[in-house]
Amino acid sequence: MNQTPNIAADRLPPDILARNFSDAHPPLTEGQATIESDRCFFCYDAPCVEACPTGIDIPGFIKKISTGNITGSARTILESNIFGGSCARVCPTEILCEGKCVRNSQEDRPIQIGTLQRHATDWQMGTGEQPFSRAPLTGKRIAVVGAGPAGLACAHRLAMQGHDVVVFDARPKGGGLNEYGVAAYKLADEFAQKEVAFVLSIGGITVENEMVLGRDITLASLRAQYDAVFLGIGHAGVRALGITGEYFPGVRNAVEFIEDLRVSPTKSDVPVGRRVVVIGGGNTAIDAAVQAKRLGAEEVTLVYRRAAENMSATTVEQEWAQTNDVTIRYWSAPVRIDGSEDGVASVTFARGLTKDGRPVYDQGEYTLEADMVLKAVGQLFLPDPLAEDEIVIEGGRIRVDAEGRTTMTGVYAGGDCTAGEDLTVAAVRDGRNAAEAITADLMKAGN
Amino acid sequence: MADLSINIAGIRSPNPFWLASAPPTDKEYNVRRALEAGWGGVVWKTLGEDPPVVNVSSRYGATRYNGQRMAGLNNIELITDRPLAVNLAEIKSVKKDYPDRAIIVSIMVPCVEESWKRILPLVEETGADGIELNFGCPHGMSERNMGSAVGQVPEYVEMVTRWCKQYTRMPVIVKLTPNITNILNPARAALRGGADAVSLINTIQSVVGVDLDAMAPMPVVDGRGTHGGYCGPAVKPIALRMLGEIARTPDTSVLPISGIGGISNWRDAAEFLVMGATSLQVCTAAMHYGFRIVEDMIDGLSNWMDEKGFETIADVTGRAIPNFVNWNQLNLKFKTLASINQDACIKCGLCYIACEDTSHQAISKTLLNGERHYDVIDEECVGCNLCAHVCPVDDCITMVPQPVEGVETWNEHPNNPMSKIPAKAG
Repeated sequence: MNQTPNIAADRLPPDILARNFSDAHPPLTEGQATIESDRCFFCYDAPCVEACPTGIDIPGFIKKISTGNITGSARTILESNIFGGSCARVCPTEILCEGKCVRNSQEDRPIQIGTLQRHATDWQMGTGEQPFSRAPLTGKRIAVVGAGPAGLACAHRLAMQGHDVVVFDARPKGGGLNEYGVAAYKLADEFAQKEVAFVLSIGGITVENEMVLGRDITLASLRAQYDAVFLGIGHAGVRALGITGEYFPGVRNAVEFIEDLRVSPTKSDVPVGRRVVVIGGGNTAIDAAVQAKRLGAEEVTLVYRRAAENMSATTVEQEWAQTNDVTIRYWSAPVRIDGSEDGVASVTFARGLTKDGRPVYDQGEYTLEADMVLKAVGQLFLPDPLAEDEIVIEGGRIRVDAEGRTTMTGVYAGGDCTAGEDLTVAAVRDGRNAAEAITADLMKAGN
Repeated sequence: MADLSINIAGIRSPNPFWLASAPPTDKEYNVRRALEAGWGGVVWKTLGEDPPVVNVSSRYGATRYNGQRMAGLNNIELITDRPLAVNLAEIKSVKKDYPDRAIIVSIMVPCVEESWKRILPLVEETGADGIELNFGCPHGMSERNMGSAVGQVPEYVEMVTRWCKQYTRMPVIVKLTPNITNILNPARAALRGGADAVSLINTIQSVVGVDLDAMAPMPVVDGRGTHGGYCGPAVKPIALRMLGEIARTPDTSVLPISGIGGISNWRDAAEFLVMGATSLQVCTAAMHYGFRIVEDMIDGLSNWMDEKGFETIADVTGRAIPNFVNWNQLNLKFKTLASINQDACIKCGLCYIACEDTSHQAISKTLLNGERHYDVIDEECVGCNLCAHVCPVDDCITMVPQPVEGVETWNEHPNNPMSKIPAKAG
């Protein structure tokens, strides 16, 4: 990107940067894990399990931590969710399992399910051992497109069931959004790559990197060469603001900023403005805003069109931003960006409120000076690579049935490229379930 | 303010809380700290004949339950391992400085009249208020024909008690072992021997756990373990039963009782008192938290007595004994039903699964407005209380007694073959 005087890299000394981007929420100690696991009531038919998209037997794995059966605990987690390690770190547990914990009703303090899950899965990964083995080989070959959580969860389950899997991914590294799209301090210490290696250690999975669907491979050719195909191709597009000034230097997509940070080992080469405005209301907006601050920006303002409760970022995420000295402004719609060829100068917002149940922005305007603007107003699935195929796109996503079958026989899909919550844990569920459907269909076909 | 002072068998103390004969009362240093903290008395750790015993290193094992440390404690320590003269001098020094406290000396010497005759005057000379005969230690000493080896043979209990009454003017408390089948047998033996009081329970023979790496019972002493004596909160139910048995049986009920066994707070203390105790002995709780725990014991007991209108410990002692009966005297017509307070319910499902899997299928599980909902099926509920016990929320599940029509015990019940025997047999 074009550099302007107010956008610079290396704003903070290396040791501060290292600290700012290290593990934001350190793991539980052995003692903390014991105390916390003892708090679990071991509910029957537990609400937390129902709230987990992958349906992990949460009381079961916590009980096993409390009895010192950490091997069994990790296995309980990973057999439902092979990405249990990253889900423990990135899941919005406050609206999933922990949000449903019965301890909320009793004392307003749920069991720390996420950190307990991390305790068990970290232990498993620390052993360097893969807890699952492969069924007798079936001779079937399956192609998976996309090495993100959906694709790799699918590949792992398929490998477990005895199939051979080839995973194609557009990027130099696997992991998908875990590798490129999440704040660095959430998956510190190369965790995403370690987890990919862990998943692949079951064997029978080959990964072909920098293979782009529609450029290097086509769905038609994969369908012809493999017994089945799974598409876990996520979002390739980013929504635009649709206002003037959007293309001034200094205005960029938050996902690219986040990716630059993930690719940089030291973060000292990633430029950031003095005054940063982030526009959006999801986790991408929060990740971008907090990381901008931690990179050395002087003032970071996150601006969102509506109220706190309308943000897709949870209350916990919003508070995390606020404790990181990010100012959040609600009920503000971007009107225009002012600046010049030298760079952005300010963003003007219209103030709004609810009238008759609808948001209306007629409460005047205000302007925030900015030398960097990060857009985080949503990502899009781009269906272009599938244009030639009999794949039905519905509501901007690939249409699938409850088990992940697309409208094209032998082709399955899951994760962000299909409908549903855009969460890592939901992508893992989709991949896993599609693998079960693939195996069932192949066995039913009897070939 | 309730009067907590007691007089048991002529031994007076300002409150009923004594430290039991155990590691905390082995030395003057510890005992002075205890008395400063407010304990009403101490039973000095058991004295024996010289040369003193030798203790092993690694002495305690403990039961941990769901995060709670020392729910039960097991020890393999023997009696005092210090010379007799040292202990006697220290006892004398302490008694001189704390004349208002009860200083009782625990004794264990061989079952030989000469041995008892020799040691009793030495103890009496210290000015101690009484003696407690250690007939309970279940490990180590019993292999030498002392401790519970004596306590398990009523004739020996009676014999040694008699010697003690003969050779000292001090009140004699006989400490009973629970490692027997009927606590009344040694209690009666003590009574026949002239005991002034009994104290119970001593520790229970136990293997507290096994070290699965060393493949040896814990605590492990150089690769091996032995059985020990179990105490602490876990043994309280066993102690309460044995206490009550002595207190409710007409002939043994004349014996004043010093209650021992997992007393950890004022509420436990009150329970021991109403089941027949006059003084209370504590060890594990002090070993867990230090001597300061007595402050809440005194304060809590006093406040509870004020609330209930009890003025003295004598008002409290044995209060529950008239209601401690044999099973065949319980009213079979009585019925109590579980009731779930839906506002307090946190939907954990524990009551449901406990009843469904292991009891009477008397709790229904439904969805009400999309939420889990648990309800008692009155027709199926037998009033067993299990759901109320497993419920993690205080006062969420309560047991509601139903109106009772008359009394029918097993003695009168038609299903009882014995009840059909004509009345003249009775």
